[in-house]
Parts: sequence; C-alpha cells; structure tokens
Amino acid sequence: MLRLDNVSKTYRVGSFGRSRLTAVRDVSFELREGEVFSLIGESGSGKSTIGRMILRLLQPTTGSITYGGADVASLHRGALKEYYRNVQGVFQDPFSSYNPIFKADRIFNMVHTEFFPEVSKDEWRHRLHDALESVSLNPEDVLHKYPHQLSGGQLQRLLIARALLLDIKYLVADEIISMLDASTRIDVLNLLADLKERGLGILFITHDLSLGNYISDTTVILRRGSIVEMGETAKVFGDPRHPYTQMLLASVPRLHAKWNGGAQTRDLPDPAEVPALIEIESGHLAAL
Amino acid sequence: MSSVPTAPLASPADPSQVEAAPIAQPMSGFRESLHFALRNKKLLFGLSMTSALLLIAIIGPFLAQHGPLDYGGKLSIAPTTKGGYWLGTTLQGQDVFAQFVTGLRLAFIVGALGGGIAAVIGMVVGFTAGYRAGWVDEVLNMLTNVVLVIPTFALLLVIAAYLQVRGILMEAVFIGITSWPWAARALRAQTFSLVSRDFVDMARLSGRSSRKIIFKEIAPNMSSYLFMMFILLFGGAILIAATLDFIGLGPSNTISLGQMMQLSVQNAALQLHLWWWFLPPGLAITALVGSLYVMNVGLDEVFNPKLRDM
Amino acid sequence: MALRVEDLRVYYRTLAGDVKALDGVTFDVADGEIMGLAGESGCGKSTLAKSLIRLDGRMRHVGGKVVLDGKELPIWDDSAMNAFRFRDVSIVPQYAMSALNPIRKIGRMIHELLRARGVDARAAHQELERRLDLVGLDKGVLDLYPIELSGGMKQRVVMVISTLLDPSLLIADEITSALDVSTQRAVAETLVEFRDRGLVKSMIFVTHDIGVLYQVADTILVMYAGKLAEKAPAEEIVSNPRHPYTRLLVSSLPEVGVRYEQRQLSGIPGRPPHLLDPPTGCRFRDRCPLATARCAEEPPWVEEGGRGIACWEAKPAAAVAARVPVEAR
Repeated sequence: MLRLDNVSKTYRVGSFGRSRLTAVRDVSFELREGEVFSLIGESGSGKSTIGRMILRLLQPTTGSITYGGADVASLHRGALKEYYRNVQGVFQDPFSSYNPIFKADRIFNMVHTEFFPEVSKDEWRHRLHDALESVSLNPEDVLHKYPHQLSGGQLQRLLIARALLLDIKYLVADEIISMLDASTRIDVLNLLADLKERGLGILFITHDLSLGNYISDTTVILRRGSIVEMGETAKVFGDPRHPYTQMLLASVPRLHAKWNGGAQTRDLPDPAEVPALIEIESGHLAAL
Repeated sequence: MSSVPTAPLASPADPSQVEAAPIAQPMSGFRESLHFALRNKKLLFGLSMTSALLLIAIIGPFLAQHGPLDYGGKLSIAPTTKGGYWLGTTLQGQDVFAQFVTGLRLAFIVGALGGGIAAVIGMVVGFTAGYRAGWVDEVLNMLTNVVLVIPTFALLLVIAAYLQVRGILMEAVFIGITSWPWAARALRAQTFSLVSRDFVDMARLSGRSSRKIIFKEIAPNMSSYLFMMFILLFGGAILIAATLDFIGLGPSNTISLGQMMQLSVQNAALQLHLWWWFLPPGLAITALVGSLYVMNVGLDEVFNPKLRDM
Repeated sequence: MALRVEDLRVYYRTLAGDVKALDGVTFDVADGEIMGLAGESGCGKSTLAKSLIRLDGRMRHVGGKVVLDGKELPIWDDSAMNAFRFRDVSIVPQYAMSALNPIRKIGRMIHELLRARGVDARAAHQELERRLDLVGLDKGVLDLYPIELSGGMKQRVVMVISTLLDPSLLIADEITSALDVSTQRAVAETLVEFRDRGLVKSMIFVTHDIGVLYQVADTILVMYAGKLAEKAPAEEIVSNPRHPYTRLLVSSLPEVGVRYEQRQLSGIPGRPPHLLDPPTGCRFRDRCPLATARCAEEPPWVEEGGRGIACWEAKPAAAVAARVPVEAR
C-alpha cells in the first residue's frame, strides 16, 4: 500500500532564496491496488509535484511517503531499484519521454539490462511481445522504429507496456492523454481501466474532470497545493460541497448543456488558508 | 535531429502541439545528416582546405631539406629551387620552408592538445553543473567566472619568468586550462534544457545512475554540438597560440608560425620587402582558422534543420 | 455575407514534395456568426486559419479565393495582405501568450503596434481602457510586464489588442487550449461578448475541443485530412451528427456523468492519412465503418438546409444512426 502522510513541498525562490513557494501543502491519502485514484487540479495545484515525489524524482520537504511501511524518501540504490520494480510512471509528452536519437524500443532494452540481466534474449522477446499485446499493440508496427515514426498514442502505450514488463503494483499516470487526439485518448483510457481491473493501482493525474469522472474510483480535488475535496468519485461529482469544486464543475464545457451560472472565481475562499478536511458523509470529505 | 526544444508547458497542453507535422520526415538521424553534409558548400570548402593544410603539415617536414633552426643558407634570399630553399631564407639564413611546415605542424598539435584539454574540462564542468544544479552548480559557476576573468597574459608572463625553457606542450596545456569557461557555460545551458526533458526522468525510473545518464542519454543528444564546439576550441587554441607566440611568450625550443611572424617583424621584414618571411605564416594561420570556422558554420546548417534553405 | 471561401487550396512545400494540408475547402461565414472549426491534429484547421491572414511563410497558395465583405483578400501576397491585417481580418494566434514581448511593458507594446499600423495611439487609448475593462482587466495591466500576468490574463490582453480596430473577421486559433478550465470559460465567454457588442462582426474559432465549441459557436465545421467533413449548427453536430467521422468523434468524448462501468466509449482505430500523398477518394475511407466501393471516388460537398456534408453514405439519416450508434446521454 502506498501512503502519503502530511506531505508538503516548499521551494525557495527569489534572490538569495528569501521567499518560499508552497507547491504542496499537507496532503495525505492512500493508494490501493486495483483502484484508480484521480488527482484533479488546475495548473499550479501541485498535482504533478505529488506524482514526482511518489516517483522519487523529488523529495518532500516535510511529511512522509511510505510504501509497504518503508519510507520512500530514504531509499537508495538497490532499495530504490526494488521500489521501481513496483512503482512506475508515464508522463504527459510522449515525444519528450523518448531520447529522439535512439529507436523507441531502447526503453525496453534499458529495463532488460537494469532489472532483468539474467533473462535470456529469447525469453525477453517473448515477454516483450506479451506486454505489447496486453496494450493492444502489434509488435511489427512498433518495434525497430524511431519515436518520430510513431504516433503519440502508440508511444504512450509503449510506455505502459514498459511498466507492465516490470510487473508493477502502482502506476503514476501524469496527464498521459492530454497531448493525444480525442479519437485515441479514449482507447488509452480504456486500457487503464482494463489494467485496473487486473489489479493495478493507478494514480491518474489530470486537469480534465470528464476524464477523471470516467475512470476513477476515488477523486481528490487539489487547489494551490491543498486538498479541498476528496472521496468516492460519484459522491464528489454528484454532490460537490466545496465552492471550488462547484466552480470547476460549472466551468467544464459539456456536450448537451450550456454554461449556466456557477461561482465566480472572485467569490472563492482564500487558497492559502485551507481548513482541515471534515467528513461530509461516509466516503466524502471536504475542507469547509 | 539535434534541435533542442524548450521546457514543457506547466499548464495543460493540447494535442495540436504534438501530433501535427505537415513537414514530412524522409530519412532519419545519421543518414539525413550525411545527405546534407555532402551538399553543403561551406562544409566541403572548409573541410578540403583544412585537410590540405593538414597534409602539408604531416608531409612537409619530411620534404624539407634543412632543419628549421639551422643556419647556413645565404641570407635573405627570395624563394628559389636552388638548395631547396623553396620559400627563401630569413635574415639570419634559416630555411623559411622548413620553419613554415614545422610551424604548421605545431599549430595542429597545439590546436588538438589545447583544444582537447579545454574541451574535456569544459565538458566535465558543464555537464556536472547542468545535471546536478543546486549548490554544485553554484560552486562550478564561481569557478568558471574566476577562470574567465583571470588575466591570462599576466599569468603567462609570470609563468614565463619562472620557466627557463617552455615547450609546445606547456603552451598547449596553458591554453587548455584557460580557454574552457565559455565552453562550460554553453554546455551547461544545453544540459539544463535536456535534463528537463522526460526521457531523463525515464532513465532515472529505470534505475540508471547519474553518470550513465550523462554519458548515455545527454551527451549523445548533444553530439553534433560537442563536435562543433571542439572545432571552435581547436581554432581558438591556434589563434591564441599565434598571439602568444607573436608577443614573445611562445615555446623557446622550437619555431612556430606566430614566432615566424614575430621574428619577421622584429627584423623589419616589411621594410626590407622580405615578403616570403611573414606572408606564408600569416596566410597559413588565417587559412587554417578561417576554414575551421567556415566548416563549423556549414556543420551548423547540416545539423540544424531550421537553417537549411529548403 | 461577411466571408466567403471558395475551393481554397494551400500546400506546404517540403523536400519530399507538397504536403496537401488544405485541399479544396468551401464555406461561408455570415455577419454576426461564430463558426467553430473542429478537427484533430493534421486536419488542416490551423492551416486554414493562418492562410486567411497569411501568417505563415511556408504556405503556398495553390488555388481558390477568399472574399471578405465583397473584397477579395490577396492571401498569396504577404505585403499586400498587410493592408487588411488588423483592420479587416485579425487573428489571435496559437500561443498568443508567448507572443507578448517579454521586455516591453504591455502599454508600450500596444502603442508601438498602433503607431506601426498608422493609428493615433492617444486617441485609441481611451477605447483601449474601455476594452480592458470589458474583458475584466484593470487598466493597471498596461504598466505591467508580460511575466507578471497569468496565462488567462495574457490571453485576454492579446484578444483586446487583436480586436482594437474592430476587424470584420476575427480568427481565434486554439486560444483556450493551454488554459485551465475556469479561465477557459472566461476567455470563451469573452469571445461571445465581443461579438454581441458588435466589436467584431464574425469569428472563426479553431479548436480541437468540441465541448467548448458547443458552448459558444453558432455553427461547427468539422475537418478531416485537409477536407471538410461536415457543417451544421452546433446543436445539430453534437446531438445529431451525420458524417460517420463526426459521429465517431462525438461518441468518443467523455463527459461528466459518464463512467467506464456504465458505458465504455470507443475511439476511432487507425490514423489519418499522411498528406504528402493522400489517397484518392474519400480520405476517411480506411477507418470508416460505412465505407463501400463507391467511396473510392471522392464525395462532393453538398449543402442543403443549413447543413453541409461530404459523404456518399450519409443518407438516409436513420440508416447511418443504426450502423454508427451514438448513445443517448
């Protein structure tokens, strides 16, 4: 189980680092296997920062992130590599995630040499084909090609296949479909839902509420680094209590209803002062 | 292929940034570069000129019939085939041709060695500062700035005062350890922009160590840039050496192109119309450094698709 | 009739040949109309937007004409278009926020721009302040540097600048794509406000987000692979699309209220054709569930009753609905 307890991240900014920027403020939640957990927020909400802290690409300033009881921040070398066998990530820009001067399948070679050096080439090829099949990719179409010869959708799926090769328990998906076209987005989204049903725990980071609503079981609404509302997706979307959540929902462009009212941004409470979360009903909390 | 993009947007992005590509991509990587390389006039001109001079530098000293520092010839004779003084002699009766080819060879050596040392130091400092950032970056930046503002001539004068005999090796090393700052700065900037790209994070998530990431992910991406940078350092080293030699701070046990020019000026070769003494070395330095720079401009066009005329 | 585009063809010249980014497009935009231009990447919508104002030097105008308010626009000639830009046709380009000079204060930049266009900056100043107030920006913004503004604020500043001379046609190219959902709404509603107050006569709003278009556009024009697929009032496109591509596209959009367990949405398999050497006949043929032998011949663009479509199989509507279901929401 992956747990965050009172995690905060502050940066020193300005000349001589005099002022502070709080990217994440006192965030706590739990990720479980076989569940899609959405982090929804606008830019500057800290959602990507949380994802990167879970992936050990950043260190939290205070608070702890634990995996199976062990503190993630203190892992090094061998223990860190073990951690990466269980937790992996996929990022937003498919073309930035690949080194453009090498072929795309180099990412699989890296996994082979770093994590499975004892596995033979034939056995590896077997596993690779299985992984590609489980993300609905035809090996002939995608292997031995450069990244610019493949589409964004294919590249993202390759990255998911790479994570699956490691037999991970948790996947951090940071805006992985926002750079894809509408017609391919839904296929990658369905793939994630499929993987969830097979037992994978997914942290789905997005700014798009419709996507979060589509596949997630639990939703967290982030505003300027703090959680303002959290709970089962149906309850958070069905009965939003925090004015910020209400404003977000009112601003989503829908396909069969026009924009109509909804709170103005001026009427929202101060983002820097966020009260503690209180339980509205079972499985639904808000910072009111 | 080697155009380095800017850091990704912090706010939500849209598909049209990524998928749209109205320009077709016929070939990839090395083959594409080769295709353009063979058609680029500047590159071909620079390369052939440099190669011609290199050939002269390698073979020349074997063809010379006299040593560069040997006295014995008639004084200040114009170029002639008699006695093998193809470029004539100096005021002291030394063979100008022998000096010329020796000097040319030394120019290449100083360029390669001095440029090479500067390149290595610049790479180590630049990569480390760009990759590690934080306080390591601050310290290395300070070091770079200090070396940048050290008055190299004053330093060299001090060294010259201590050392009785200075060889070409000493000169090359000196040039190498004083001319790397701008290279380090440039590499640091490039490394910064590459480190922010997701494939570096992906390599981290694959358990790769920092050292491996720098050498296997970042450096190969900058290979064209590194190549061009080395050529600039090479040319720069030759120029600096020529300048140092000209003001008398060159190697004391041999003769270089800059020293030829220095001696010719000291001995009023201009007034005495001894053109064969100062013209060849001057032209050679100009031709060599000039063709290196022209080659570099051509390479930039080859590597950077945006500069090519379509 | 504010804008009339007839059989417009714009190609990009590349080493490997001509990329036929826009291959024969015909449509009208009436006075007071906001037309949405939708489609996925590579469909030609950005090319169309930029070619109407000739913003990109790599484009080659190969054929067709553009007529605005009765005058033909010389879209093949960069310098001739200068007389029309900003006054008759104006654009808010993609990444407008990065279009602001970072070392100039906003007010100074606008003054320089107006002077370059031959407009008396002082006379326009009052109007400028009025417009800033209209979009919800304090006039103190003129004394700030671009870096001091948020993304949404910058977008609105650029919109004000682009519409300062009351152009007849405003082209908004993906102006909401990089914004948060709350600012997206504010910016889109600002567009409508400009039209409602008569500051701009008609607009073309280019975006891949059909949801936003439904909210603010009167008609939506869907493009695919350099050609028009369908045109209809916004309401019709969303609730009753006829072209198979539009139907598949609309049905692949998740909406708040729709969950994976309730109904699985599906995408469109395959990829759009590469426009270097596009296939003959209907370009959607390879991915279309309704494709027949007749589709090997290119379907004509047929307009009737306010709707336009380029598809052999689109009638009768009931038959299409049966074979390409778009579930009721």
